[in-house]
Amino acid sequence: MWEYTDKVKEHFLNPRNVGEIENPDGVAEVGSLACGDALKLTFKLDKNKKIKDAKFKTFGCASAIASSSALTEMIKGKTVEEALKVTNQDIAKYLGGLPDEKMHCSVMGKQALEKAIENYRGAPALEAGAKIICECFGVTDLEIERAVRENNLSTVEDVTNYTKAGGGCGNCHDAIQQIIDQVRSEPKTDNKPKLTNIQKIRLIEETIEREIRPSLKHDGGDIEIIDIIGNRVIVTMCGACSTCKASDITLKNFVEHRLKELVSPDIVVEEVSK
Amino acid sequence: MNTIYLDNNATTQVAEDVLAVMMPYFRVLYGNPSSMHTFGGQVGQKIRTAREQVAALLGAMPEEIIFTSCGTESDNAAIRSALMTRPDKKHIITSRVEHPAIRALCAHLATQGYRVTELPVDKNGLLDLENMEKSMTPDTAVVSLMWGNNETGVIFPVEAAARLAHEKGILFHTDAVQSTGKIPINMKNNVIDMLSISGHKLHAPKGIGVLYIRRGTKFSPFMIGGHQEKERRGGTENTPSIIGLGKACELAAKNMEKENTYVKRLRDKLERELLKRIPQSRVNGDTANRLPNTTNISFEYVEGEAILLLMNELGICASSGSACTSGSLQPSHVLRAMGVPFTMAHGSIRFSLSITNTEAEIDFVIDKMPAIIERLRGMSPYWNTSQPACKAQ
Repeated sequence: MWEYTDKVKEHFLNPRNVGEIENPDGVAEVGSLACGDALKLTFKLDKNKKIKDAKFKTFGCASAIASSSALTEMIKGKTVEEALKVTNQDIAKYLGGLPDEKMHCSVMGKQALEKAIENYRGAPALEAGAKIICECFGVTDLEIERAVRENNLSTVEDVTNYTKAGGGCGNCHDAIQQIIDQVRSEPKTDNKPKLTNIQKIRLIEETIEREIRPSLKHDGGDIEIIDIIGNRVIVTMCGACSTCKASDITLKNFVEHRLKELVSPDIVVEEVSK
Repeated sequence: MNTIYLDNNATTQVAEDVLAVMMPYFRVLYGNPSSMHTFGGQVGQKIRTAREQVAALLGAMPEEIIFTSCGTESDNAAIRSALMTRPDKKHIITSRVEHPAIRALCAHLATQGYRVTELPVDKNGLLDLENMEKSMTPDTAVVSLMWGNNETGVIFPVEAAARLAHEKGILFHTDAVQSTGKIPINMKNNVIDMLSISGHKLHAPKGIGVLYIRRGTKFSPFMIGGHQEKERRGGTENTPSIIGLGKACELAAKNMEKENTYVKRLRDKLERELLKRIPQSRVNGDTANRLPNTTNISFEYVEGEAILLLMNELGICASSGSACTSGSLQPSHVLRAMGVPFTMAHGSIRFSLSITNTEAEIDFVIDKMPAIIERLRGMSPYWNTSQPACKAQ
């Protein structure tokens, strides 16, 4: 049983704007039968160049139909420039959220919108500089990059969930991983909100619990937080780690590295013996 | 809204008589059958009766019945025992359409140094025994083939397959979870070594299963613990469920004819009428060799989950072979193994009936389904067009 929001259910049971506009200004078809979902989007502009009408035909599951319905509602009354600003996240948000496995439905909506607008503008079907990565589903490197960046994805499975890329023969998994690695190695321009001391302490604890301790335990070791003073995290290594010659390296290259990455770049980890 | 339950291959309703015999063993006769005192010991007597009831349904001997927690445990115990008792052999033969309990287990064993051959099926879901014969090698420890397929109901010739395996000295296991109670099984007339059953598929509760192990077949236990089940499966007996399963097996034997007349007639009516009323629909799986309660129908150009949700709005319960998750874009592995085209495989619905279904329920479903499919086809960009599918196919 999928956990759909009431809004998704409502748009599935009573979809808005089903059909095809005759002589549309923009038209696009994305997806395919083999993929399990497909969307044909058509729209018409009024004399002020605003989207007067938009219609869809969708083959797919409930969330694919609901996402298409939501998309047509969201873009009506917008100029194409305004419509282009609608992201897959906006579609999901409009529906009160989508299950992770179904996020690709919102991405399909976004793709159809872009293609329909390209069609209207007479632009080529492929984005300039784009290269098809997933042959099975015709997903380009730029689409994957965008999905990784906008949704902060970290695994090939995530990318498949969001874009379908990699869900067919699987030959492109390495290429997808490379794109993920490349995007994730970009310097983060995002400005994480400054943490309060309490938040920081909690985040450090959580990060150690979730990201660090399991790995150490796997090797028979463990870590204990003694104190947190500002950005100094004072720990003691236990179990196999306490006698391990490499524990300094573990501490700097793994523990401190992960905390810098996930909590704050200013973190310094220090070890004390109990 | 009334629930119309046509998903009996997923699970069944516990029969009233089954529940009634179970009830005393929760609060009144709650003793442990292993205890020395009469209070517990008397429950042991009831378990013996249940074991006889299960054995009677299978034409087996009571000592050949091991109670487990579910069909999956039985499957795991069977395959692992076969491998443990033949440590020099590293090859397993199974099919491409097995239940995940076997498929995922074999996929796991393939990472542990075992070689797994998955036999293909034809477009009707049938197995080629010659192909199986060719796949058997001196290194083969066990062949495991399901008796009745959970998605299509297609029946495999497991008795003939077991004989072939035995000629080469190979153990044979069958997952009979779907076929038990629906078609006659008589272990006296075949050479199958191990057979798995799940209680909740035949009107017993969830959480109880059986592994049949032929007398004289070497067995290495999967659950190690106490002396229960003659040291073949540790763990305190699930007494209410075991007693319930005994009763369910007794009822199943009585209802076997009804399954193959009444239920089969309803299933055939449902199938015939849906195919007649809904264009571009077809049955998946061989209709001659099939469980009497199951039909798997594909409705072209629509997607299974959407169909299910619209059925759900009317209280009709069924399942879809295709899981529309991007994580597993492939539709049902069973339908794909049969080469069902994508246009058809995505829109497949499994209806599985039981003796509790009524003619009125079937008529209601026959009445409602055409509009559901039409409504979704009305939204589908492929309906009434000749759109080629993408090259992933």
